[in-house]
Amino acid sequence: MATRKLIVDGKEIEADEGLTLLQACEQAGAEIPRFCFHERLSVAGNCRMCLVEWVGAPKPQASCALQVKDIFPNKDGTPAKINTTSPYAKKAREGVMEFLLINHPLDCPICDQGGECDLQDQAMGYGRADFHRFNENKRAVEDKYMGPLVKTIMTRCIQCTRCVRFATEVAGVPDLGATGRGEDMEITTYLEKAFESELSGNVVDLCPVGALTSKPYAFNARPWELKKTESIDVMDAQGSNIRVDTRGPQVMRVLPRLNEDVNEEWISDKARHACDGLSRQRLDRPYIRVNGKLKPATWAEAFAAIAAKVKSASGDRMAAIVGDLAAAEEIKALKDLMTSLRVKNLDCRQDGAKIGANSSGEKAPRQTYLFNTGIAGVEAADAILLVGANPRWEAPVLNARIRKAWLAGPVAIANIGPAVDLTYKVEQLGTDVGILANIVNGTHAFAKVLKDAKRPMIILGAGAITRSDSAAILALAARIAGDTGMIGPAGTHADGGWNGFNILHTAASRVAGLDLGFLPGEGGRDLAAILDGAQKGEIDFLYLLGADEFDVAHLGRAFIVYQGSHGDAGAHHADVILPGAAYTEKDGTYINFEGRVQQARRAAFPPGEAKEDWAILRALSEVLGVKLPYDSRAQLLKALEQDVTHFAVPGSAPVHADTSAATWGGIGQSGPLDSRPLTHTVTDYWLTNPIARASETMAQCSREFGAANKMAAE
Amino acid sequence: MLADKNRIFINLYGLQDPGLEAAKKRGQWDNTKAIIDLGPETIIDIMKRSGLRGRGGAGFPTGLKWSFMPKEVKERPHYLVVNADESEPGTCKDRDIMRHDPHTLVEGCLIASFAMKAHACYIYIRGEFIREREAMQRAVDEAYAAKLIGKNNIHGWDFDLYVHHGAGAYICGEETALLESLEGKKGQPRLKPPFPANVGLYGCPTTVNNVESIAVAPTIIRRGADWFAGIGRPNNTGTKVFCISGHVNKPCNVEEEMGIPLRELIDRHCGGVRGGWDNLLAVIPGGSSVPLIPKSICDDVLMDFDSLKNVQTGLGTAAVIVMDKSTDIVKAIQRLAYFYKHESCGQCTPCREGTGWMWRVLTRMMKGDSRSSEIDLLQEVSKEIEGHTICALGDAAAWPVQGLIRHFRPEIEKRIAEFNRVAAE
Repeated sequence: MATRKLIVDGKEIEADEGLTLLQACEQAGAEIPRFCFHERLSVAGNCRMCLVEWVGAPKPQASCALQVKDIFPNKDGTPAKINTTSPYAKKAREGVMEFLLINHPLDCPICDQGGECDLQDQAMGYGRADFHRFNENKRAVEDKYMGPLVKTIMTRCIQCTRCVRFATEVAGVPDLGATGRGEDMEITTYLEKAFESELSGNVVDLCPVGALTSKPYAFNARPWELKKTESIDVMDAQGSNIRVDTRGPQVMRVLPRLNEDVNEEWISDKARHACDGLSRQRLDRPYIRVNGKLKPATWAEAFAAIAAKVKSASGDRMAAIVGDLAAAEEIKALKDLMTSLRVKNLDCRQDGAKIGANSSGEKAPRQTYLFNTGIAGVEAADAILLVGANPRWEAPVLNARIRKAWLAGPVAIANIGPAVDLTYKVEQLGTDVGILANIVNGTHAFAKVLKDAKRPMIILGAGAITRSDSAAILALAARIAGDTGMIGPAGTHADGGWNGFNILHTAASRVAGLDLGFLPGEGGRDLAAILDGAQKGEIDFLYLLGADEFDVAHLGRAFIVYQGSHGDAGAHHADVILPGAAYTEKDGTYINFEGRVQQARRAAFPPGEAKEDWAILRALSEVLGVKLPYDSRAQLLKALEQDVTHFAVPGSAPVHADTSAATWGGIGQSGPLDSRPLTHTVTDYWLTNPIARASETMAQCSREFGAANKMAAE
Repeated sequence: MLADKNRIFINLYGLQDPGLEAAKKRGQWDNTKAIIDLGPETIIDIMKRSGLRGRGGAGFPTGLKWSFMPKEVKERPHYLVVNADESEPGTCKDRDIMRHDPHTLVEGCLIASFAMKAHACYIYIRGEFIREREAMQRAVDEAYAAKLIGKNNIHGWDFDLYVHHGAGAYICGEETALLESLEGKKGQPRLKPPFPANVGLYGCPTTVNNVESIAVAPTIIRRGADWFAGIGRPNNTGTKVFCISGHVNKPCNVEEEMGIPLRELIDRHCGGVRGGWDNLLAVIPGGSSVPLIPKSICDDVLMDFDSLKNVQTGLGTAAVIVMDKSTDIVKAIQRLAYFYKHESCGQCTPCREGTGWMWRVLTRMMKGDSRSSEIDLLQEVSKEIEGHTICALGDAAAWPVQGLIRHFRPEIEKRIAEFNRVAAE
């Protein structure tokens, strides 16, 4: 990219011609105030706060709207001079600030944005503090309904249109718009319709004033009262980077954290707003079932009850299942514990996904169950085939990434599975899995699209990998990946070679579970066989680590230990309940669907007698007489790293360009295909895990959006 | 005074038939093929040499504007868009052209489109102009029927002309807001650069011209650049349709020479100011957007771009609004301030918030309910709007107010003093 010389505040810089002047000035170290400009949205240039002086130009220039390539040098050939702090520029901005404030209410003391308000902050720098000259009445605007998550106080709106641009560009939902003209312009949804997006909460972050604030968080706290902890979201498997704001023991809100490779600066509504579920339905003490009723117990009593049962059971009549929200630490501890008890009936695939193990039952290579392209890698793709995946509900932030790729360039996207509105144009191929076979043998038109594409992708969702014929589907998908050059052509994503074979997981714990091999051992039972065994009376003892997403009611007479944070399905049928910590209450390692190792941090302590999960298992192991060999989390992490080396490299996602036939030939197993149509597994986006189900906000969302979206899906 | 033989819009008053046959008798469509045969470069060169400056208000040289279009048509087609969204208060010249002399415009569209290698042209007509749109559409249909335009027409340049009807918003007369509106979006001005010649209608190279600028083109080319350049004064050449309204005995549209003295224009064509020249208070010489000038300046000012610029106003659309001494000048400007408040699109902060502020202050000032320090405030607010916005509506809103303060400050002060005296009693 060509560059151009500029003199910004007396400092000569070489700026990229593709940048806006605002960005160039920032490179030169200048600070430019702005309201409407946002790096990830189109340029509106309407707030006029970023005015700078271009020496020689007849009027101040909006630096956000002016590209460096349009700034021509002076007549004598010297670089153009830009002043960002001159009295001229300052006066222009003061004028704009005055205009913004004349109709902005003076309600900062009761405004939720107070303390983190762009207008408030910039008024400190550019407001005329000593006097005000507006003697008229201020404008008042009626508040709008935007759904259960976004609260509006539209009188505060400064018409920057960030929310409108976010809705139309990033979220892909043209629900927001501006009506009226001049000072009567108002941001609104169509006829009081809720803002129907899984990313709607982000407009609250984008709003530079207090016009759009978080409805569930309204009047709850001031930003300076909150303790901020950087953590990782577990509501889906994307591992969005979040900041957890707590006051005392309570999580008050969850905000996104910038990570270009994972979530940019967006998070889904579930990640943001399910946090009220953290203080409801909590298991805060151990329970033991006595005469069919759960009775509070001490830790010692609970452990004793478990020990009594374990002593009388043999390893092959015991089983353990890992739930969707578990961190790697407790998966490792549970696996070690179960191995010491010679238990082989282990499974971390609550949904019965046919991944992670070869047809021979051995642990499969990592790249066979990861989202190999990477989240950022999606932007380079030029053809995408979705199979049984609904990224809008299974990973909303990833869906925004796919939309971004679609907006940026020609990307052919096709879907095998139910037709849903994914916010971008998708060629609907049908719901029959047989289409995959047709693509393999080249009779389907989309086979050519994939073949001609430089960087094609296939995304297999839970709908495709949790069926009885999933092994065959996977084998076909691997064939497609191999035949269409999805794996290996050089000169592509992240310089590590292209890999377009992707599994889209929905559970935050899944990849760590598979990495750690929490899978049936030799001759062991998988989930279906465990459940079957329990019903038939062949399984006496079942350990559930936060596992609630399968039919827990039909477990026969097996003795069930439930370790988890919420009184959900699993706890209802448990014989012993061990209260664990939710993801905000423990230091935990999570691996997202790309295989990226990330650390969640403790933001608050678990309620009551609840403990960190790995510590519970460590304590239980001692009672059971098979003491686990780690006394601290540091030692546990060491052990983890020894097991699986990539735990030692947090933060980055692996690049798998492995082209070996052994790897890709080993995926799935050819076999007959089922004639049942492909479905999506997530039927209610807002209620996919125990925390979300305990959340009042999520229940409200489910009521508000659930029915409408189901209708749209049909 | 302009001689009759030099008039371009012979049927400006609608005394003759606007139809094709009558238009041909007036000289339109006379061997247009010969003009086309000159080739685009020659046509643009004639336009440049004629010195024609855009008739929409800004006065940008038309030939130069045409030459900004890419020389070669690449993958994106070229477009000509004719701005017939004549909404500037006081202006009604394009209206008469479209009603009574529509074929000058149709022919101009063909020639201008050819010069800029455009095969399609849109005429964006103001929402309130119902009859004008019908007249225009009739003329276009006639031209299609006579194979003057359209595919395989007799001029050998495939050309489609569309008449588009706006919804009646002043801002849609701003060229980029007009393009947005034409594309079916909300009429809000675009950021510039990129300019329409580069990225215009549907992202393609586009030139937006005023009706009059396009309608005079055929005659200029027929009669030669020197003929046109010989009328008026240097840098302000040619003929111009003036629209005189307000306190004159006979308000009218009249085609006159550029640079005609204002007093001559009013006295000769409008029967003079109501109650005589000495009864004149002020004149807004170029449509509501330009600052007014008091009688002292009106006495000898010439009506062209540069002369009016020298007295801190502008020719604008040449819509002369005459106000005699019975006018409440503060109220007049207050009404204009209301107009701009009402028509601001709401995009940029200074214009959205500032126009309403100025209107409210002026509303009080009209009654004298103010302080003299507020006059300075008003001046400063207008300066904070001017030049701080995406389009020129902010400037247009600020200028009348600035003109008022510049020339009638004592009048405002008198009212304030009077109001305060009454209030004190």
